[in-house]
Amino acid sequence: MAGIYRRIMSWVDERFGTGSVEEFLRHKTVPIHRHTIWYYLGGMTLFLFIIQVLTGILLLLYYRPTASDAFESVQFIMTQVQFGWLIRSIHSWSANLMIFLVFAHMFSVYFLKAYRKPRELTWVTGMLLMFVVLAFGFSGYLLPWNTLSFFATKVGTDMAGFVPFIGKWILIFLRGGKEVTGATLTRFFGFHVAVLPGLATLLLAMHLLLVQRLGMSTPPSVERAIEQGKEQRRSMPFFPNFLLRDIIGWYAALGVLGALAAIFPWELGIKANPFGSAPAGIRPEWYFLFMFQTFKYLPAKVLFLDSELLGLAVFSLAGAVWVIVPFLDYKAGFGKVTRFFTGLGIFALGYIVLMSALALRT
Amino acid sequence: METEQERDSSPPQPGRRWVSALLGAGVLASIASFLYPALRYVLPPRIAESTSSSVVAAKVGQLKDNTGIVFRFGSEPAILIHTPDGKYVAFTAVCTHLGCTVQYRSDLHEIWCPCHNGMYSLTGQNVSGPPPRPLAAYKVHVQGEDIVVSRSA
Repeated sequence: MAGIYRRIMSWVDERFGTGSVEEFLRHKTVPIHRHTIWYYLGGMTLFLFIIQVLTGILLLLYYRPTASDAFESVQFIMTQVQFGWLIRSIHSWSANLMIFLVFAHMFSVYFLKAYRKPRELTWVTGMLLMFVVLAFGFSGYLLPWNTLSFFATKVGTDMAGFVPFIGKWILIFLRGGKEVTGATLTRFFGFHVAVLPGLATLLLAMHLLLVQRLGMSTPPSVERAIEQGKEQRRSMPFFPNFLLRDIIGWYAALGVLGALAAIFPWELGIKANPFGSAPAGIRPEWYFLFMFQTFKYLPAKVLFLDSELLGLAVFSLAGAVWVIVPFLDYKAGFGKVTRFFTGLGIFALGYIVLMSALALRT
Repeated sequence: METEQERDSSPPQPGRRWVSALLGAGVLASIASFLYPALRYVLPPRIAESTSSSVVAAKVGQLKDNTGIVFRFGSEPAILIHTPDGKYVAFTAVCTHLGCTVQYRSDLHEIWCPCHNGMYSLTGQNVSGPPPRPLAAYKVHVQGEDIVVSRSA
């Protein structure tokens, strides 16, 4: 058995040069210190992304992206197709857990300053991936064509209309017309299953390539402790030690997903009626709540600006700053302690948690 | 795992073999439990087929002599032909070769499958081209204004 395996591998190696990959894997190590646990979040996010791709493909076998059929086809999946309820519930649960993990991964990288030189591009591709993931969530939310998703999309796309000069154009581009209709559904379906997966694959490839090339970052606090001789530099081989730990985590995640999907199957709601009123207590998915709550608190006019425009401007600016933070906090790359950026991170995290909690309470 | 065993020069302990076997069995069982729902999901649920064994294919007078129409019979197409000598005949319209839908050729007085040039006579007999078997015939009778086609069985 082992002999055949070795012969096949050497056959492939002669033609493809897999030896260099093996060589690379053999030397790749992962630092061990008190923050090592945070290294697992990225891999876990990737795992859930793969779950999304697989369950998404399965859902495509029965889903129909038209205003007249979408709701019924999801209903069909939930009630008629064997294990359809399980597949759809896993897709929904995994989507939400993935977004949570994206946030956790992002903040852990932020606070450990893993974005500092030479990993600026890893951070930027990661941030772009996060925007893609949020777009996945927003577009996928509409696809079952129920009341909640219909109005969430109406409000969400309405906001795009406030962008100065090109807002109207963006709105019509997103909705496929002036209103949210079946045309919007078909468009969002296209974004969700073709445009975004393409973008995500490209960004993911860049992100992973950078991670593999540059290796894991050791946090500045650990780096300083090692320099001062308070700590030893320790590491473990990536393959198989770290990867096996990863796999155990993924295995557990799959168990959690299955349990969540079985105990709390995802609801379908009521079919959207474009000419009905918005139901009371309507709100977006939890990951957009902090923005939603902010918009509630803003007065109708601030100085000469409409509140929606102000909110949009502030969030766009904050997002842009967040994307380029490695270049603003360049001093961290020289081993300097940059408390301001740590404080900024604590403020951002605190703001998101507080606003989300306030939105959930009301 | 293999590297650790290679490093370990002493023969593998029986306890360790048991742990490996249990671990392997557990992993295999869980992979099976992930794949089973996915496989069941892929197979579409049975949709109740129309059980009617007869259908109104056309109205009297709708079909001129020497013409034919294809109509829906249950989940499959069927063909009704008003023959040149004024009789009604009906067959399944699914070609016995590779399942294309056949049509009536007024110029040839035959049933023709355009996919691979298969020919059937007006009794449904395969007369030329690749079709291996005749077309299954249906019963036709006229009830008032309706031309009713039913399964022979």
